[in-house]
Parts: sequence; C-alpha cells; structure tokens
Amino acid sequence: MKTVFAKSVSGRLGVMPATPADPAGKFLPASLLRKKAPALPELSELDVVRHFTALSTLNFSVDGNFYPLGSCTMKFNPKAGELVAALPRFANAHPLLPQLPEGEELAQGSLQAVWELEKSLCEINGMNAFTLQPMAGAQGELTGALLIAAYHKAAGNKKNKIICPDSAHGTNPATAALAGYEVINLESQGGLITPEALANVLDDGVAALMMTCPNTLGLFERHLPALVEKLHAVDALLYYDGANLNAVMGRMRVGDVGFDVVHVNLHKTMSTPHGGGGPGSGPVGVSERLTPFLPGPRVVKDPDGRFRLKTDLPQSIGQVTPFYGHFGVFVKALAYIIRLGKSGLARASDYAVLNANYMRKRLEEYLDVPYTDLCMHEFAASASRYAKHGVHALDIAKALLDKGCHAPTIYFPLIVKECLMIEPTETENKETLDAFCDDLIALLQEAEKKPEKLHAAPVTMPVRRLDETKAARDMVLKENV
Amino acid sequence: MSIPEGLKYAKTHEWVLIEGDTATIGITAFAQEQLGDITFVELPPAGTSLGSGDEFGSVESVKAASELYSPVSGEVIAVNADLEESPGLINSDPYHGGWMIKVKFSGLSPELLSSADYSKLLEA
Repeated sequence: MKTVFAKSVSGRLGVMPATPADPAGKFLPASLLRKKAPALPELSELDVVRHFTALSTLNFSVDGNFYPLGSCTMKFNPKAGELVAALPRFANAHPLLPQLPEGEELAQGSLQAVWELEKSLCEINGMNAFTLQPMAGAQGELTGALLIAAYHKAAGNKKNKIICPDSAHGTNPATAALAGYEVINLESQGGLITPEALANVLDDGVAALMMTCPNTLGLFERHLPALVEKLHAVDALLYYDGANLNAVMGRMRVGDVGFDVVHVNLHKTMSTPHGGGGPGSGPVGVSERLTPFLPGPRVVKDPDGRFRLKTDLPQSIGQVTPFYGHFGVFVKALAYIIRLGKSGLARASDYAVLNANYMRKRLEEYLDVPYTDLCMHEFAASASRYAKHGVHALDIAKALLDKGCHAPTIYFPLIVKECLMIEPTETENKETLDAFCDDLIALLQEAEKKPEKLHAAPVTMPVRRLDETKAARDMVLKENV
Repeated sequence: MSIPEGLKYAKTHEWVLIEGDTATIGITAFAQEQLGDITFVELPPAGTSLGSGDEFGSVESVKAASELYSPVSGEVIAVNADLEESPGLINSDPYHGGWMIKVKFSGLSPELLSSADYSKLLEA
C-alpha cells in the first residue's frame, strides 16, 4: 500500500483554505516564519477517507482474532467499559477542574471514581494505599523504585542494590538501573527462585527484590514465604511486578504475603485497550510503611463524604504524572471491577489458568515444555527440536499469521531456547483454543516434512516476511518528502 | 561449528587470543549463531580499565540483547571501529573481522577453557 505522501498530487485539495487577510509576518517574528511551505500531502477528502479506511482494515485486533501474545494479556475488553468512559460528565470533565476555586464541587463524580478505584485495588491486592498516577507499567515500576529509595533514605539505610531474578520481566532490571541501583542478577533454579540462591546474593546493601509472580515462565514462586522472611531480615523490601496479576486476582493478595510495593497494569488485568489500542495505566500500591511517600496530589474523602485533592504531603516523592494519570482508563477499569465483582474476578483468573494449562497439555507432545509443573496464566514452550529441520520459532510465528492468529511471544524469556510463550487469557472459548492448537500442530508436522513452506510464511498478510535485521541496522524513521 | 585451536574460551562464550601482553577478545561462532543477526554493538572506549569477569559492553540482535564479559583484566587499548557500521561482521567472521576489543592484560580469568573443553561444554 502506498503512503499518503506517495498518493499526493500537486494542487489537489480536500478543503479550500481561507486566504488570510494579513500575512503571518504581521503577527510573528521573522525567526518563526517558514522559508517555504510545508510538504503536506495533497489529496481530496475521498482519497483521505479511503486511505485511512484501507489502513484500518489492516489492523489486527483482539476484536477480530485470537491474540495469544504471552505476557501481554490480550484479553477481550467488554464494550460496556467504553460506554461508561464515554459518558460526557467523565469524558468532558476538564482535568484542571478540581484545582480551581469551588471546582472540586463540580468534579465530585470524577474524584469519587479515582478514590473508589484506589480502594478496590487496595482490596484486591491487600495493600494499604494506591496511586493511580503512573501511565504505564514501566512508569509504575520506576515510581515503585523511587518509593523504595525514599523509604530507605527516611529510615537512614544505606542501600545500593536491587536483586532481579532472570525469570523477571525485562523492565525490572531496567527500572532498578534507571533508579540508580546496581542490578544483581539472581539465577532461577528449575524456573523458580529458591531461598538458597537468594541467600547467595543477599546482604545489607540490598534495597529490594523485584519479583514477577507468576514469573515469565508462567510459574508461581512457591518459596515466597521463605523469601519474604530472608529479605525482611535485612530490611530489604519486596517489589511485586503485578503485570501477571491476571493469574492470581481474587486468589492471592500480595500484601498478605508481605510485599511492600506492587504495580498492576490496568490495561492488561482490568481489561482496558492496549497494544496500540489505548493508553496504559500502571497504578502502584504500597504497604502502610511506604504510604507517606506516595506521589501527590492524593484524592481523599472527608468525614462529610466530600472528595478533594490533598497536596500537603511532606514526605511525598512528588508528582510523577501530569494531572492524575489516564483518567479514561480508570473509569473502564472501575467499571470492569464492579461488573465482575469479587467472585467474577477470581473466576476470570481461574479460567485464565485453566485455559493455559489446557493448551499446554494439548501441545506438550509437539513442543518441549521445559517446566512441566502446572502453569499459571501462560506457559513457555521450546521449538528447539525443529531447528534440525531449519525451522525456528520465528518461522512458526510467521506461519501462524497465515492461519489468522496473532503469534505468541517468541524468544522470550531468554532462558528457554526457541521459545514460544503462549497466553490464551480467560476470554477465549474452548473452540478457539482447539482451533489454535490444531493449526499449530499441523504447522509443526509440516515443519518436519516441508520446512520451506514455513520459511516462506507469511503469504496471506499485507506484507511478506520483513527483514528485521535490515530494519534494525538501517533505521528509516521518517518519510522523505 | 568452528572452535579454533589456539584461542581460550569463556563459559559466557567469549574467545580470547593471547599475543605477548595483548589479549584480543570477541564472541564465539556458537554465541553469534544463538543470537542471530547482530544489529548493534556497544563497546568501551580505549583506556577503560577492566577486571576479569567485568561487563565490557553488549551486543544486540533482532532476538535479544546480551552482555559481554571480559575474560581478562587490564586496560582496553583498541576497539574494532568497523563493528559500528558493520555489526554483521560478528556473524560472518566471528574470530577475525568480528573481533571486539584488544586489552593490555595483567591477568587472565582462571576459568578459561581450551577449544576441546569449550567444545565439550557446548555438547553438554
């Protein structure tokens, strides 16, 4: 498909721009004036409509097809959430309103939505308080790391290290490094963190352990109580990367286990659009001892039932986001929590785990599943036995596209060779899971007989196999017009 | 799989060529094959002092980014500038054109393997 620039024809117009009465130079200093007109594409309105309509049909979305992208929780987002978030009194509320004189009176509903979502997340995760400010998971992690630093500073602790297991999300070590900590790698044993391995790297200089649980192998860290005890003994905090909360909500509260900081991804677990479909949101929850350091302003409820913004927070790490975060996402997440309720959230997790285990069992004969324990909401499988036919995880992923499925996550986690990481989510039915497994099994059988067919994939997509190496080596980030 | 004799090998898949007091370091054919097409290499400037086992840079491929660990201690005296424009040299010629750094070394990691032992490690 041609770009909108390539479709441009000089002189073609969609609208007739008004001729200015005065030249721009009358209002702007000469240094701000363009020397020549911008090279905007010139098209008719119909050209533009057709261009973008055609582009939109090339979208792959969970509304159209199965999307088992491991670690991304691409579940279906109920349309009711969109309906509620689009209510004019939410959607049109000005973000400055609660800061204006008397403005709080006009923003009570929005403030209440924020307050209630914070309280719901506290209840679901067993934490003392939540901030909704971070606008994505990674920003939530950084906020969490800064909270950990603020705690240790206030306690007079000298800490300069954060431990990250090799089964953690890749963002965890990046977060620790960005926050100024030395990153200590912890090797998992049989896919899990063991108290013995932790003891080898633990000392007084450790500020925290950042744990993704279930981890990227889809395994639950079953040694948690012993790990918590060891860390607390040296006043190290526990950070829970809740990106995989979808596996345990309603079944385990991380606060009850002894975690001090947790971030959750509303855009995954609480079912709001993501992956190009909408902005993220990574709220951070803390235990009581870290609450004074949370970012401000905070929404509080006065004894008379009114909601207001509290800015007098002397120990706060400060504001981490303009305004309060992605408010539209909050409304969708709150709607999701209210609609499912306590039992519904637990059932969502149950089905996420059941679906993943069903697929794992159906596929284990054809792929090597390195950790044969019951998995949680996702599992990692290795396609390394097909390498001798010249077929790699990438070829399998591309061939799946031709079957109408999104590919699983590939080559991650790094500790599994030729890895395919599959996360079906709870919103898929058995027929969809079976169809995917049938397609994948057929492809794997083909890999042994006709590997060239997989090398040629995809053949039905808008573009054929992309040259990822060339794209990375010769990056072209703008259209030259 | 090419594992030339005359080089020493680290368990983390770096090779080292010792000539007098100069150690030339790169990654093995096995390492580049595991990584796939390499798209970016980050190396330390000449003058950097390294301890044995220290991270000295990273390689990035379409699949993953990996750290590089120094099999020797000493001071970096030369860096392969060709890799900035042509990181693919590490894939096409890992033991010659794909060399990464030269170090005036003061000590070797005690855990370095011979080509025969490295070959055994890969088979295990």
